Amino acid sequence: MIKHDVVIVGSGLAGMRAALELCKDHDVAVLSKVYPSRSHSGAAQGGIAAALGNSEDDSWEEHMFDTVKGGDYLSDQDAVEEYCKAAPRVIYELEHMGCIFSRTPDGKIAQRKFGGHSKPRACFAADRTGHSILHALHEQLLKNSKSIKIYSEWYMHSIISDGSRCAGVVVSDVRTGEMETMHAKAVIFCTGGYGRVFKITSNAFASTADGVIAAFDAGVPLEDPEFVQYHPSGLWKQGILFSEAARGEGGILRNDAGERFMETYAPTRLDLAPRDIVSRAEQSEINAGRGIGGKDYVHLDLTHLGENKIMERLPQIRQLGIDFIGVDCVKNLLPIQPTAHYSMGGIPTNIHGQVILNQGDEKETPMEGFFAAGECACVSVHGGNRLGTNSLLEAVVFGERAGAAALEYLKSAGFASINESQEKTKVLNQVEEIYQSDGTESYNQVRTEMKEAMMGLCGVYRDAENLTKCISAVKDLQSRFKKGKVTDKGKLFNTELYEIMELGNMLKMAEIIATAALQRKESRGGHSRTDFPERDDANFLHHSLVYKNGEELELKRKTVTITKHQPAKRTY
Amino acid sequence: MSVIKIKRYNPEKRKDSYFQEFNVDLQPGSTLLDVLNEIKWEQDGTLTHRMSCRSAICGSCGVKANGHATLACQKQAEFLLDKKTDSITVEPLGNMPVIKDLVTDFKQFWEKVDQVKPFLKNESSPPEKERSQSPEEFKLIDDSSTCIMCGACYSDCNVLEVDDKFLGPAALAKAQRFVGDSRDEATLERVKELSEPGGIWDCTHCGECVERCPKPAQPFYRIKEIMTVALEKGVHDNNGARHALSFTKSVKSSGLLNENTLPVESMGFTNIKGLLELVPVGLRMLLKGKVPPIFHKPCGELNDVKRIFKELDQ
Repeated sequence: MIKHDVVIVGSGLAGMRAALELCKDHDVAVLSKVYPSRSHSGAAQGGIAAALGNSEDDSWEEHMFDTVKGGDYLSDQDAVEEYCKAAPRVIYELEHMGCIFSRTPDGKIAQRKFGGHSKPRACFAADRTGHSILHALHEQLLKNSKSIKIYSEWYMHSIISDGSRCAGVVVSDVRTGEMETMHAKAVIFCTGGYGRVFKITSNAFASTADGVIAAFDAGVPLEDPEFVQYHPSGLWKQGILFSEAARGEGGILRNDAGERFMETYAPTRLDLAPRDIVSRAEQSEINAGRGIGGKDYVHLDLTHLGENKIMERLPQIRQLGIDFIGVDCVKNLLPIQPTAHYSMGGIPTNIHGQVILNQGDEKETPMEGFFAAGECACVSVHGGNRLGTNSLLEAVVFGERAGAAALEYLKSAGFASINESQEKTKVLNQVEEIYQSDGTESYNQVRTEMKEAMMGLCGVYRDAENLTKCISAVKDLQSRFKKGKVTDKGKLFNTELYEIMELGNMLKMAEIIATAALQRKESRGGHSRTDFPERDDANFLHHSLVYKNGEELELKRKTVTITKHQPAKRTY
Repeated sequence: MSVIKIKRYNPEKRKDSYFQEFNVDLQPGSTLLDVLNEIKWEQDGTLTHRMSCRSAICGSCGVKANGHATLACQKQAEFLLDKKTDSITVEPLGNMPVIKDLVTDFKQFWEKVDQVKPFLKNESSPPEKERSQSPEEFKLIDDSSTCIMCGACYSDCNVLEVDDKFLGPAALAKAQRFVGDSRDEATLERVKELSEPGGIWDCTHCGECVERCPKPAQPFYRIKEIMTVALEKGVHDNNGARHALSFTKSVKSSGLLNENTLPVESMGFTNIKGLLELVPVGLRMLLKGKVPPIFHKPCGELNDVKRIFKELDQ
């Protein structure tokens, strides 16, 4: 058995920021199924939001309003307030740690425009902001290696919990295949999103819902899973990301006729409207046959920006275009389509990053010793739709807060007792089941069909008929999954086995997303129902909570915290 | 159908490595990573490789394609095809132990990154807001900060192949990211350490790392930048710096390399032990008739050489 004061699962921005909060006083383990520097936070390109006011006057109040309106009034405003107030401080702290930012001529952190933000608020390092922050935090982890032990390429299987207190996690070393229990006084989940359930996605292969499903299986509900963000500029077919910064720097979206179609959908903000609106506009154009050549993509036009600006501000995406599709955006138009990008929902937490078991009218009950931050968590600052550059900020702000809350918790908490062999056996049995199943189904086929069902039936536009079909397709796939055929039965670096377990998690997540989407009979933020095209505050101004009830899913409601901004019509 | 020839290794099953061929119908636009996945998912689930972001930013999927390190996700397979044989050969990265198939052990790679103290050193209390840094100062660390730690340079480094004490291109590029950072206060300390054996001066300038780097990080250029800073800071008390200075002095004064003074000046006149080590080499050269002329003559176009140096000095 491995023992640490704190185990942090996930080593992106949230996980590493949390570790730094704890390492001065405690022995910290950071566990990642990749290497920390390979975490998906590093793929974020365009920026991190903070009202620094380095190029135009700005304030946390304006940032807050933009965030709440961007989230279609589903954000918890107490959380948004804390978050926007903290933003400048956390950016300066990152800078002091050594994080690299692009600069203004007078030496300040440069800021640019981004979708849904009324001011140039995105602090950036060219078009690799996530990479820059990820590496800066990784550097700090290496600096503090005496008290932070990194477990790279370890996989987290399950949470050890009696339903009210988290006592550790069951993990395995991918390299050796050995199963271990990690006993901890506190556990922090920073396990990221689950975009891989969709066919077209910007997400890494690692973004597979392991964390959220482990929490769900331990009795934690999932909040707002129906809110999935489709990013408007995914590379056609591949789905990989072309930063919104491209539009922040002046890029224009065009349909088959070369028209700037955003003039119709968001006359004021045009191409820099929030992502849900731009993705819907693109999908509407495609559905109306105005995609390029009638196909399922539109064009991102950067040709008027000039080579110098592109090389200074957007060098990485230029190279991506050249490498992945043979298009140089200096001279030619980039083919793009909406791509599943970000999960607004996740493990419910309070503003301190403590995981909350039950909410609504009842008194808040946290799961003792269990914290979550970043994309896997739902605080909820993003509500129904996240604004670009707000996710890196969320990871840093709430990573820090979860770390601080765990630090406070550790003042009085000890190790809870666990039954090691029982916990290990549970997981070993699951693995054995996979090894022993002499099935006929191809896991790859099951995965492909799941991704197609989620994209086609639970995508940018949804309706009851498709969602019902989607749920039944996913349930069918869940039973076919049990008859899968495994080929690698070794212990050494068995990536096939881990992919199978990830698929198991994604199949559960897919059902949860579609089920929550079916019950939300309104259109709000990233959730758009063609059979209920309007926002319905009278009936749906609440968060969804999905609970596990035996084999069934049970849906409950949670009140939205509204402080400063009453819901109003959302136009751009 | 194209042939993908993959080097397989699984010590659980068999002690040695071997090549296995897979037939794949390459789709236009498919990356090498797409092809590896197609093989894993449709032909042989035991094929093992690393991957994550598929957009050339996480650095997981480095492999050797046709003998050269590359990111599998960044290259379209059809451009890697050997037209004669209609095949691509895929192997694990070099200069690292192989764990299984295309998965290598990065332990030593990361230990070397650790050795360059890869974090900002600045003990002064920070200002209320950001530390000031001009766009020009940012530019000095812009390229090195694009490194994604994929190990492609490390894999194909010719020095590492014969000397595993060499820090290697990735760690040195990481070092430049701090040596060049206007906010870092340990520049002198850093360049002193980086001038030790195993550091910058052990690079042979072959440029292979520049060819392999999938990003603008291009380690050799970063190594040269550290060398420049080391010389500017007066860190001359090592063979590498003395060698560079002697080289420059000779070319500047005569337009040619003085091969008699170069080894002596590189060792240092007070380095008795080092100079004695040169004696057997000199004797062997004498016996083989390889000793350069005792009297060093300048080249014919010395004025042109001086003009070049004058312009460089400006």
